[in-house]
Amino acid sequence: MHTVATFSIPYVGYLDEDGQLSADAPALAADNDLILDLYRRMSFLRFFDTKAVALQRTGKLGTYASCLGHEAAHVAIGMAMRYEDVFCPMYREYGVQFVRGVKPRDVLMYWGGDERGNDFSGPKHDLPWCVPIATQCLHAAGAALAFKLRKEPRVAVSVVGDGGTSKTDFYGAVNSAGAYRLPYVGVVVNNQWAISVPRSAQTGAETLAQKGIAGGLHCVQVDGNDAIAMLAVMREAIERARVGGGGTVVEAVTYRLSDHTTADDARRYRPEDEVKNAWAREPLKRLRTLLEKRGLWDAAREEAFKAEANAEVDTEVNAYLETRTQPVSAMFDFMFAELPHDLAAQRAEVLRLEGGTHG
Amino acid sequence: MAEVTLIEAVTQALAYEMRQDPSVVVLGEDVGVNGGVFRATAGLHAKFGSERVLDTPLDETTIAGLSVGMAFQGMKPVAEAQFDGFIYPMMDHIVCHAARMRTRTRGRLSCPMVLRAPWGGGIRAPEHHSEAPEALFAHIPGLRVVIPSSPARAYGLLLASIRDPDPVIFFEPKRIYRQYKEEVPDDGEALPLDVCFVLRDGTDITLVTWGAHVKETLEAADRLAAQGISAEVIDVATVKPIDFDTIQESVKKTGRCVIVHEAARTGGIGAEIAANLAEKSLFDLLAPIERVTGYDVPIPLFRLEMKYLPSVDRILAAAQRTLAYR
Ligand SMILES: Cc1ncc(C[n+]2csc(CCOP(=O)(O)OP(=O)(O)O)c2C)c(N)n1
Repeated sequence: MHTVATFSIPYVGYLDEDGQLSADAPALAADNDLILDLYRRMSFLRFFDTKAVALQRTGKLGTYASCLGHEAAHVAIGMAMRYEDVFCPMYREYGVQFVRGVKPRDVLMYWGGDERGNDFSGPKHDLPWCVPIATQCLHAAGAALAFKLRKEPRVAVSVVGDGGTSKTDFYGAVNSAGAYRLPYVGVVVNNQWAISVPRSAQTGAETLAQKGIAGGLHCVQVDGNDAIAMLAVMREAIERARVGGGGTVVEAVTYRLSDHTTADDARRYRPEDEVKNAWAREPLKRLRTLLEKRGLWDAAREEAFKAEANAEVDTEVNAYLETRTQPVSAMFDFMFAELPHDLAAQRAEVLRLEGGTHG
Repeated sequence: MAEVTLIEAVTQALAYEMRQDPSVVVLGEDVGVNGGVFRATAGLHAKFGSERVLDTPLDETTIAGLSVGMAFQGMKPVAEAQFDGFIYPMMDHIVCHAARMRTRTRGRLSCPMVLRAPWGGGIRAPEHHSEAPEALFAHIPGLRVVIPSSPARAYGLLLASIRDPDPVIFFEPKRIYRQYKEEVPDDGEALPLDVCFVLRDGTDITLVTWGAHVKETLEAADRLAAQGISAEVIDVATVKPIDFDTIQESVKKTGRCVIVHEAARTGGIGAEIAANLAEKSLFDLLAPIERVTGYDVPIPLFRLEMKYLPSVDRILAAAQRTLAYR
């Protein structure tokens, strides 16, 4: 017997829980403007998320999927991508999307029960939020195949959860990305839980990154609470994909600090201690500590930023709250390029029932 | 005797049958420690342990395929699809294998599994959480499709479904999961599959429905009664195979029929019932058959959702049009 293949999964992390940078940190860690930008975006995301949960609790939003704890991973993905790349999200990557130009009001509209949220600002070729788990991975691989066939230097990026890596679709994406050597980056945001099912019950694999090995992709595990490591790893994976070097599975190890959604109660299945420990590793604090050490941030600047961010969130919330419901006929209007006769009849029926002629 | 909600009746039936029959196994996403996102399996994990109540990896294809594997080996898997909208990846295994295991093997093997799913709209849920796909499954030869409409029928029909030697798709109308309680004796008594339940006798018009819309339909019947019109209300319950005899008999008496369902209109079960009446009851009919259904669009997000679902007013308007024929 002899060994025909061996593999290893590198782990990348530069900024520890105390805001201490390791000696091998990449050059971007010295770019103070960049680090400030990362921090501000992550921080804004947290204000937005807190507000959205509050809106749900007061009946002004439907079920909402919080991104608490994922700020570093999400913002870094967005910042590593170019506008012309394509993003295929799941349902909580607002941080990526805000970087790409999607507005908070779009997010609120969607979770507020209005399809117009899916017609968001920002790149018109990005996919909307994807509720069925992991299907977006295959769509990203398909987009990457289109880029390759048309010889466009663009990259498709999907995000999936730890639970989502169990899905047939995830394996299919990884496999086809390897088979066609696609410009595809599949990010796994491993927040340790798929609703109530812990990562350990989801798979027997030691890492989720290694699921890419079977497909022939580059694979890396990264500290998903370390924005600097996330950005470095994402930039490298995306650039490699862009120049024809093949796809990557990036496993971002993080933690879900919130309930799964506002419809969930994580206390039923998740140990309190675990959550407490996770807060010690959360991504914002360590970046802020780094900035403070460099004299770039302090309590006064934090306060000023907070006021500014909250005002912006309020503007967005008001824009959402003031949006009138679509006319009832809107449910028909985007079904086909041209409304077929049967739907035209149904549309007319609805308008008659409403007693109106609007729409 | 305890009063229970529809979802508690589901839990009660599962627990009863698991005690009774060691080959019954419950599996799905979050069905274990969490007791299901709707709490349909609440307490079962504590009672029966992780070998009878299995949290699966997050893959519907896996859940359906594992269930087929267990079922052909003589176990009785009761699989949960977390929401109706996530059932579609299961269809490969259900359609290509579960539905035809017995016939393909000339009876040598069978597939005694139940696939449960919360079904239908009206709870302000996100996308893909409010689908009514019963017609898709009803079209597949070899499947039974059952939709209860009350706690007692949920209990009795689920027991019957688990005991049935063939695959059953069991859709639970989530809009009425917790709407009201009724006394349901936990006595292990199954209700018959493949028969309609006549919920209200009437002589002037037949209203046919199933699932959550039994509520609106009964309300419409009340409103008609106030106008002196006697409506018969039929809960189809098993939408495949349908008990056409009961429906035909009713139409023979009333001469008028309105069918109500929340699924999209085209190719819906309403079309099947109407076709059957056209074939068998044409000369009993005094008026054209009416359908009050969802429209041929995906169920809208919740701001417009209630405009999509058949309302009491829409049912009444259809009934009036039907009654206008003399
Ligand atoms: C195909 C499918 N099955 C089930 C669900 C219900 N569901 C929504 S989120 C979720 C857990 C997802 O966990 P994970 O993939 O780890 O991502 P996370 O939400 O934790 O970020 C489940 C089971 C779904 N949306 N889609």
